[in-house]
Parts: sequence; structure tokens; C-alpha cells
Amino acid sequence: MLQKNSIGLVGRCICLNLVKVRNCISNICLASLQTTIMAVEYDGGVVIGADSRTTTGAYIANRVTDKLTKIHDRIYCCRSGSAADTQAIAEVVNYQLGFHSIELDEPPLVETAANLFRASCYRYREELSAGILVAGWDRRKGGQVYCVPIGGMLVRQPVSIGGSGSTYIYGFMDSNYKPGMTKDQCLELTATALSLAMERDGSSGGVIRLASISEEGVERKVILGNQLPRFSTH
Amino acid sequence: MMALSNVLEAPAAGFNFENSSRNAALQAGLEGQTPRPMKTGTTIAGVVFKDGVVLGADTRATSSEVVADKMCSKIHYMAPNIYCCGAGTAADTEKTTDLVASNLTIFSLNSGRKPRVVMAVNILQDLLYRYRGQIGASLILGGVDCTGSHLYTVGPYGSVDKKPYLAMGSGNLAAMGIMEDGFRPDLELDQAKQLVRSAIQAGILNDLGSGHNIDLCVITDRGVDYIRPYQESQYKDHRTNKYRFRQGTTPVLTDTVVPLELEVVEEKVQQMETS
Repeated sequence: MLQKNSIGLVGRCICLNLVKVRNCISNICLASLQTTIMAVEYDGGVVIGADSRTTTGAYIANRVTDKLTKIHDRIYCCRSGSAADTQAIAEVVNYQLGFHSIELDEPPLVETAANLFRASCYRYREELSAGILVAGWDRRKGGQVYCVPIGGMLVRQPVSIGGSGSTYIYGFMDSNYKPGMTKDQCLELTATALSLAMERDGSSGGVIRLASISEEGVERKVILGNQLPRFSTH
Repeated sequence: MMALSNVLEAPAAGFNFENSSRNAALQAGLEGQTPRPMKTGTTIAGVVFKDGVVLGADTRATSSEVVADKMCSKIHYMAPNIYCCGAGTAADTEKTTDLVASNLTIFSLNSGRKPRVVMAVNILQDLLYRYRGQIGASLILGGVDCTGSHLYTVGPYGSVDKKPYLAMGSGNLAAMGIMEDGFRPDLELDQAKQLVRSAIQAGILNDLGSGHNIDLCVITDRGVDYIRPYQESQYKDHRTNKYRFRQGTTPVLTDTVVPLELEVVEEKVQQMETS
């Protein structure tokens, strides 16, 4: 099935024989999701979260972006990096996974989705700028989080953070994440972590978008700017 | 680049950079004094209101620091129910929107349905992403279809955003300020028109790349109202003289007639069939 990606990324845009032409248009038009994204596994599902800021240079092009993109009924991805690249990849994988799911006549595995992302991200690693977290629930392994950073690595992790704002919360995650948390604890952890990152990272901000994916379905939530958890160092 | 009705023919893979070597040679020959492309350094804006969408644009097109066109039309037709404002390189926005308009017409004829805004967005996103930002077109698409009123923006690199109010172009910072302050969900028609007018006005006043008149385009499920111009520039010049010259103003000094000598090389006679 995976051979039939002729209307995949190749048809979309990228040819490995591309001629390098000096780009006349300044990179200020390049919309970027410098961001903070996070995904946590719990027993029975996953919780994913992201901020909502898209920047072109120093201007916030979209302050209410939805970076949690649906790939399948129980599989979502969190996008960071170039807005155009991640939108394109997500659409391609959406198509490929949908096709695959129809062929199998059953819901696809999260690992399959993650591998499809990895295939595109690794193959076109020189041209793309995309850091993606794939998270979802399937019947075989339950809730899973896979990390596909820039370069096209694929690794499964119980909790994963990404984007420019993630550098500020590695310490917080290391000290506050404990295996075996419940869904509500995961939601609180995600909201707190994202809030801390948004506080310190200029490229992250806006509102927090959360989603929890389990066998029952997907529950989406938005935490508005004035409802964010507050912290103070003094 | 095909309409959805011709799904069987996928677009040719990769980029088409046929002209890149020619451009490089031209640039080397002209030694850096290449003609600058005409840009619509611009203010464009759109807002979704209760019954549909209002799109607005200024009318100045610049070629570096010279105004190339004072009454440029930046709101392009895509479909009877979809219009598109374009900022960036004038030729790129013009041709890209024309291409998509043709595709949507083919789709309509093939399927017998009115096209949806999201279709136009997908085709545009595909095209712009494939060319990796070489096509300098920032577009705001707005329209009303069977699923409701929609407003999208497509960036030159192929990123898409769907929002209830948008501003793009060099004057978008000024326009966005007005939009953020004045936007409410479910505006009435007059309020929406005033909001877009104020946003474009802010762009015209505060951005050197935007100016002259304001065009508006109101799209509802009942039809389209293309108001050009909605507001005229206050700084209109009035010609003080008539610049038409009557026949005989320039005196004829000499008259020389040179007959061209033609030689009959071949003569062919063909009978016309009139039966």
C-alpha cells in the first residue's frame, strides 16, 4: 500500500533533483510554528497539548492556530517547525493513513501513522523543517506517543515535548512527570508545562489547546489567555 | 495542476525551473539593473459577518518607489461565489487566481455544482507549496458556499489559516490593529463594511505601499456586490488641460512615396468548391 504514494509528497512538491535558485522573496514570509508542543501517555489514552502562535519573523501571523491536527479518528499529531511543511506532510499522511485504513477495514495503528510521518520526514529531510509528535490510541497497544523530530528519527516515548519552547521545560518535565498518572493529572501537567514554556519563550503564546484521546473518542479543550495557570518568581 | 474533476492526472512531480538558467544569464548581462517586478505592496482585509463575507483592498501597485498603477484591481474573481484578494507580486497573484478560477469553472461544468471555498484553498495551497515560495502571492480568499461563509489566507510558502477576520500585505499591521479592535462575531452588513473600510484606510494612511481608493466586495448567498471604488482617494488630481491634438497640429514638411517592387515568384490557382 505504501507504494501508492504517487499523490504523496512527490506529487506535492519535492524533487530531489531540484535546482537551487536564489530565493528572491525574503524569508519574512515564511510562516513558522516556533512553538511548544507536548504529548503524554496514560493508561487508556494520551493527552496532547500545544500553544497557538504562528509567527512570520517578529509578527504573529495567527494567534489562535490549531496545531493539533487530526490524522485519523483516534490519531492526532502536534506540529512544530515550518507551517507550510507540516500542513503539507499532515495532509499527505492523512490521505495515506485513510487509504490504508480502508484497505485493512479496521482502524490504523498509531505506530503506522508515526512511520508514515517518519518516511516523509526522513526522505525529504534536507528540504523540510518539521518536528512532529504523533499520539493516539489503538486497540493493540493502547495510548502511544511517538516523536518524529527534524531529521526524521522515530522513537516512542511515554512523554514527549517539542518546539522552541520545550527547552525551557525539560527540567520541569524531568522532575514532575511520574509514570502511572491519570488522565486528569496528565491534563494538569500538560497545561502547567505549556503555560511555563509560553511564559518564557517569545515564540510561544496565545491560548493552550488540549486534547485527550482514548477509546471513547477525542475530547478537545481550550484554555484562554486569562485562564492560564499563573506563576511568579518573586 | 488539475481541477478535482481530473483526479486521474496527477501534477508533474517536482519544480519547473526551466527559466532559472535564462534568468541567471539575463541578470549577469544586465549587471544587477534588472527591472523590479511590479508588487502590490498592499493592504487587503476580509471579515466574516452574519450573512457572508466582506473583502477589501486598496488600489495602489508599486514598482519599487514608483506607483505603477493607481487603480489596480486586487480583488480577483474566482467563482460566482468566491473572490480572492492578492498581495505580493502582481503578476503572480493575477495568474495564480486566474488559474484557479479556470479550474473551478471546469469543476462546475463537470459536476454541475457550485465550487466550495475549501476547494480553491486546497488547489492554491498545493500550487504554492510546490513552488517553495518562488511564487510571491499572499492571498485572502473569501466566499459563501453550501457549507457557510468562509475566509482563508494562503501564504507564499503554502501555509493556510482559516479565521473570521484577516489582513495581509505590507499594510497588514495597521489594518490588523483596526480589525482586532473592531471585530465582533455576527456583525451586520454595514458594520462589516465600515470595519473593512477602516482597516484598509489605516493601511493606506500608514503604509507607503498602499494608497488611493478602497475597493470592497460583499459576498452573500444571494450574490456578490463588487463596489469599485467604495471610497475614493481624497488626493485626486484634476487635469488642467486637454491633451488631445487636432489633425494638422504637426505641419507636414515633406512627403516621399517609395513604391515597393514586387516580383511574382509563384502563382497558384485554386478552384473553390461551391457545390
